[in-house]
Amino acid sequence: MDLWHNVAFFYLVTTVIKFAVIAGFVLTVAALLTWMERRQSAYMQDRMGPHRASFFSFRGKPVTLWGLVHVIADSTKMLFKEPFMPGAADAFVFQLAPAVGFVSSLMIMAFVPFGPDLHTGLEAPWDVIPLQLVRVDGGLLWILAMGSLGIYGTALAGWSSNNKFALLGGIRASAQSVSYEIALGLTLVGMLMVSGSSELSAMLEVQRGDILGGWLPRWGLFLQPVGAMLYFIAAMAETKRAPFDMPEGESEIIGYFVEYSSMGFGLFMLGEFVEVVVLAALFSTVFLGGWMPPGMAVDGSVHLGPLTLAAGSVGLALLGMATFAFKVLLMCVLQLQVRWTLPRFRYDQLMDVGWKMLLPWSLVNMVVSMAAIWWDPTFTKLLQLNGVLTFLFVLVVAAGPKRTERAAPQGMALGDSHGH
Amino acid sequence: MAIKVRDRVEFGAYERSYLPEVIRGVGITLRHLLGNLFGRKETRALQTLNYPDEQRVYPKRYRGQHRLLAREDGSPRCVACYMCATACPAYCIHIVAAESDDPEIEKYPAAFEIDQLRCIYCGLCVEACPEDAIRMDTGVHTPPFLSRDDAVMGRVDLMALSGQAGTPPAYGAQNAREGKPRGC
Repeated sequence: MDLWHNVAFFYLVTTVIKFAVIAGFVLTVAALLTWMERRQSAYMQDRMGPHRASFFSFRGKPVTLWGLVHVIADSTKMLFKEPFMPGAADAFVFQLAPAVGFVSSLMIMAFVPFGPDLHTGLEAPWDVIPLQLVRVDGGLLWILAMGSLGIYGTALAGWSSNNKFALLGGIRASAQSVSYEIALGLTLVGMLMVSGSSELSAMLEVQRGDILGGWLPRWGLFLQPVGAMLYFIAAMAETKRAPFDMPEGESEIIGYFVEYSSMGFGLFMLGEFVEVVVLAALFSTVFLGGWMPPGMAVDGSVHLGPLTLAAGSVGLALLGMATFAFKVLLMCVLQLQVRWTLPRFRYDQLMDVGWKMLLPWSLVNMVVSMAAIWWDPTFTKLLQLNGVLTFLFVLVVAAGPKRTERAAPQGMALGDSHGH
Repeated sequence: MAIKVRDRVEFGAYERSYLPEVIRGVGITLRHLLGNLFGRKETRALQTLNYPDEQRVYPKRYRGQHRLLAREDGSPRCVACYMCATACPAYCIHIVAAESDDPEIEKYPAAFEIDQLRCIYCGLCVEACPEDAIRMDTGVHTPPFLSRDDAVMGRVDLMALSGQAGTPPAYGAQNAREGKPRGC
């Protein structure tokens, strides 16, 4: 067909298909997370969680799908509720805000490669289909920019609601995001220096192969363990979920979406889960080798017993996408686990963690990594120094003084206003 | 005035670095999660019972709905001696005695009513009965009522459960007594 020789048409078709895959994946997982969050937290707290909704039976037993039907029930409820808006609210901004937050976090996924390049065997430019929506130099900067844009959703919602509590939530969100974005960027600098590129598929290239004589895949997690840990913390703060859910703070101010009902609120909630998925995808790509299954050969092929999946083959693409999905789901579960384990930080603690812990350690990590890479570009020194850094960290933490019970001075107990 | 002196807790670098304690906390919640997901049902911490679908097995001595036992010919064993009504601390048993046609038996209950709303299920009537005519071993819950009159179970109602001993019924079976619709 002549149409296929049109490059623009080729790009259009492949892009639309890729978009359907990645958007479908993110939104499905985000919807799944609403269920997972409730069931997982329930099982952590020795409860059962919602599992009884069903709208049809099979062989006389109602089909509940382990509670998955609740996802449908919840979204149906959200869609059919009255979208209420306060009379004094700024109507345009009020309705724009949920979409801003949702879209900007969803856009991040465009820069994340979700599978290996497909080789079609045709001549250029039809030879390679990258399984990545947008491959552009400086992709990481785009991602950071989109992540920062997400905060506009909360800030606008807080401002336009014309509600003191919503405004407080919006301000908290802005302050928190500004504090943690610095650490968020700095922790990624380590991986930027390792890969020498801010394009995510190039960052994956550098993670190909193994280290320590084949014992470990050469993932960012092992090249940058401190960076990975700090990034995870900072990025969790960016998702605005517990223990960093100051902007929501349902027990104190209810938060920036206090005036939202119906699908406006639904978008905020779904956007939060999209952020969780996006963080999981970013972490998997930058630190966990993305779509690359462990044990992948340096030439990009995978050997599964007698079966060999060559680089660029459809089989490898499928395996890569499955690996990516698995890693993303694993990181999502980990985030939910942390979210349901820890209580909310106090605001000063939140700022302490951001400025006094994440920022200095990410600077140290950056300087050490810089020195190591300058010293030895094959990353051997980087690994050694990172080992030393991790060891020092463990030493400081583990050998440091532990909690001590100190008796309160007599006569101080009465009228003691300390506490929370 | 009692003054509670509370010891201050000073956190060291270990706690203030958050990480080890966070990992410990996640470990605890993870243990609960995995234990509840994959653990044996008897030993796991999650003890929720999906009530209508799953029912707890009652102990053998569980006191449920009363039943009046019958003789071989189907007539009630009860001799209307009023022992149970006398023993009853809630005064919920009302008996009207009548003379029996059988020369071997002096009296029989023309009416034997138990007001289920008054009954406290103490089992004293069972203890008091000299004829072993009343038992509470049906394992049946008191059914829901729509009116107070429905709560008074007569001789026929109580005899209907005559042969039923110790088996917890399936959900909903309580309402199907004697085919009498209870409207619930």
